[in-house]
Amino acid sequence: MMADTGSEEIAVIGNTDLTPSELENNIKNTMVEKGATLLKRMEINVAEAEKRTGKNAVSMQETYTVYLIETRAVDPSSEGANPAPPDSLWRRYSEFELLRNYLLVTYSFVVVPPLPEKRAEFVWHKLSADNMDPDFVERRRVGLENFLLRVASHPVLSNDKIFYSFLTQEQGWKEVVFETGFQAKSDSRLKALNATFRVKNPDKRFAEMKHYGDELQSVISQLLRVRARVADRLYGVYKVHGNYGRVFSEWSAIEREMGDGLQSAGHHMDAYAASVDDILEEEEHYADQLKEYLFYTEALRAVCRKHELCQFELEMAAQDLTSKKQQREELATGTVRTFSLKGMTSKLFGQETPEQREAKIKTLESQIEEGEEMVKDKNAESEEFVKNAWVDIERFREQKDRDLKEALISYAIMQISMCKKGIQVWSNAKECFSKM
Amino acid sequence: MSYAGTPKSLPSSGQKPIQEMCHPLSAEEPVLPSSPDGGSNTKDLSLPNGNTVDTSSPASSSSLLNRLQLDDDLDGETRDLFVTVDDPKKHVSTMETYITYRVSTKTTRTEFDLPEYSVRRRYQDFDWLRNKLEDSQPTHLIPPLPEKFVMKGVVDRFSEEFVETRRKALDKFLKRVADHPVLSFNDHFNAFLSAKDLNKRQGLALLSKMGESVKYVTGGYKLRARPVEFAAMGDYLDVFTQKLGTIDRIAQRIIKEQSVVLLLLLCILSWQSCVLVRGCPSCCSFHTTQLPTPLTFDLHVASLCLQNVLKKRDQVQAEYEAKLEAVAFREDKKTPVPTDVEKCQDRVECFNADLKADWDRWQNNKRQDFRQLLTGMADKNIQYYEKCLAAWESLIPLLQDKQEAKVETN
Repeated sequence: MMADTGSEEIAVIGNTDLTPSELENNIKNTMVEKGATLLKRMEINVAEAEKRTGKNAVSMQETYTVYLIETRAVDPSSEGANPAPPDSLWRRYSEFELLRNYLLVTYSFVVVPPLPEKRAEFVWHKLSADNMDPDFVERRRVGLENFLLRVASHPVLSNDKIFYSFLTQEQGWKEVVFETGFQAKSDSRLKALNATFRVKNPDKRFAEMKHYGDELQSVISQLLRVRARVADRLYGVYKVHGNYGRVFSEWSAIEREMGDGLQSAGHHMDAYAASVDDILEEEEHYADQLKEYLFYTEALRAVCRKHELCQFELEMAAQDLTSKKQQREELATGTVRTFSLKGMTSKLFGQETPEQREAKIKTLESQIEEGEEMVKDKNAESEEFVKNAWVDIERFREQKDRDLKEALISYAIMQISMCKKGIQVWSNAKECFSKM
Repeated sequence: MSYAGTPKSLPSSGQKPIQEMCHPLSAEEPVLPSSPDGGSNTKDLSLPNGNTVDTSSPASSSSLLNRLQLDDDLDGETRDLFVTVDDPKKHVSTMETYITYRVSTKTTRTEFDLPEYSVRRRYQDFDWLRNKLEDSQPTHLIPPLPEKFVMKGVVDRFSEEFVETRRKALDKFLKRVADHPVLSFNDHFNAFLSAKDLNKRQGLALLSKMGESVKYVTGGYKLRARPVEFAAMGDYLDVFTQKLGTIDRIAQRIIKEQSVVLLLLLCILSWQSCVLVRGCPSCCSFHTTQLPTPLTFDLHVASLCLQNVLKKRDQVQAEYEAKLEAVAFREDKKTPVPTDVEKCQDRVECFNADLKADWDRWQNNKRQDFRQLLTGMADKNIQYYEKCLAAWESLIPLLQDKQEAKVETN
């Protein structure tokens, strides 16, 4: 599975009574103990997909697909003995989406792994874009399993309770999620992410990272487009070889001595033409790996955006504080530094009484106190966010390099096997020709 | 000058097999089973219908020679004329640039003044020779030349590969002419091999009677029926040329598609280098080894020539039949069969015989040519895949190597 390539980080699941520092320690231990036996290890896989029909929210009949999630706790001491049967439950795609949204909101500093695409895109002509197509469903099943494994191997996400119950609690999981109240946060998050605002002092690293994410997205889109064209053309090349088969066969009918040689060469061509379907099935895997990273760029962008939001809120709070301090100063010293309507009206209509002024100053001072708290909090929040986000972004980058390199290697391997097949077919044909 | 003197019985050429014919140029006295003259005129031969064949004309002598020589062609020991084309050189003049080839001849034939010759010829000269042969020996199948025209922008006329391909084809052309029992004695061929400068404007005097009289005309004649074997030839050639055309089209299509695929793969590699921090080596050793030339050109041309010759033969037969009808019309006048009808019949017989012999020769050559062509095609494809394989295989260790500091992206 993709998520396991090169990474031995499988989380400790289930023990949520630890304090944050102990938790962190545990995670550190997990990461240190790569390859070694872990305390608790869980096998996860999405075993099957099934079609169901049922009534939806508006009481209409609909057909949807459910996926079987199997989990099994692996006890290292019992290795070698027969493994216990796995626990299992069925989930549909929308539940996966719900889980992911929850994670996005709750861990906004994490580049959250993406789900496989909802609708087939970047297809080359032979593949269908139909969601109910068995090949598509199968590839989606693989994608969902990959998602779960990525989350389960993430140092932060894997410890989440909601995630654990997604895997183990069939009934009532949805309610548990909504009870966390994440929905409200989700809505405001969406709003904030889509809003336009200008940050005065953006963190350079995040600005660069956002730019990098945009570039990565554009490059991967290009790659996917080109790959689809390659698949199309290769398919054509193979099938045209089938034409050789037919013409050799027709021609052998009018020849005497050359007939046999031509006929057998023709058969080799036919076999070659037929072999393309399997090859291109396999090649879809490369496209799926690319697509995962295409969707990852959105998650990366979201983290950068969240940082901007934090920064913006911090700047707003600081600005607010400054202006309040200024107002206090003006009231205290009686000097009007900045033009304000209040200032003008008080000049025109007479100044306030000292009591009024005192009251105002008192209000301002409590506001300033609050404001200073706010700025301190926001600052801390922002620093915390930056620290955690940067850790995760580094982790993500290393994972991306590893995975994309692997993807290219397996694409090269596939190309190699295609070349070898080509050599074999033409060597066979050559032998037939030399006997003519 | 020596030929295998044993007369051989040939398959049907005309109505019945001509049996126990003696070679007209043989020094021995032939023993004929029956001859209307009973004389020792070795040049008098009888046709099954009792008429004598005039063997004094070059055409009919040559046709007999042709028929007898068929088996001897394959026997290398009797060959007395060896021709080679090699040593291509570029000539640059103010007007044009072109390539000349060295044509070397070794022979013991008395038709040649010297036993050895070495001359330089260019493609134009070969083309001239071929036209002359076609005009002077219309009943024979002249071997094809390589393509005359090349698209200037697409193919480099002076590239090593192109020149070598052409040289091989020109060599094959001359060898086939040299091996042909009739064509090799052609005066134009002689001049081509021996003359210092080919004076192409001056037509050489010896044109056969046959050559002057048989000209290809589109339509305008009616043929009762092609003899069975020629009909079979015609049918075969139709299907054959069609299949050749299809094979060419398929090959072209595949080459085109593969070059597109290669370009796209290069795109993939260069895009991939953008996403990997350390870059990714792009394999610029990808390139197609296949030339965009039609594979089956020679055979195409030969096939078309054969079809042409078949048509000429039909025309001669039609003339003969027309004359016969004209005579039959006047039958009641009880005049003897006029000699020009006889001459027509003679021409038909000779034509049929020549064509039959050349057909068999061509079938043999065709099989060799095809074996060569198809194995060459297979080789080219194998080379192409091996090159791609090597390129991809070299990529993998570079990607897997964790020690790489900086990899240059092309």
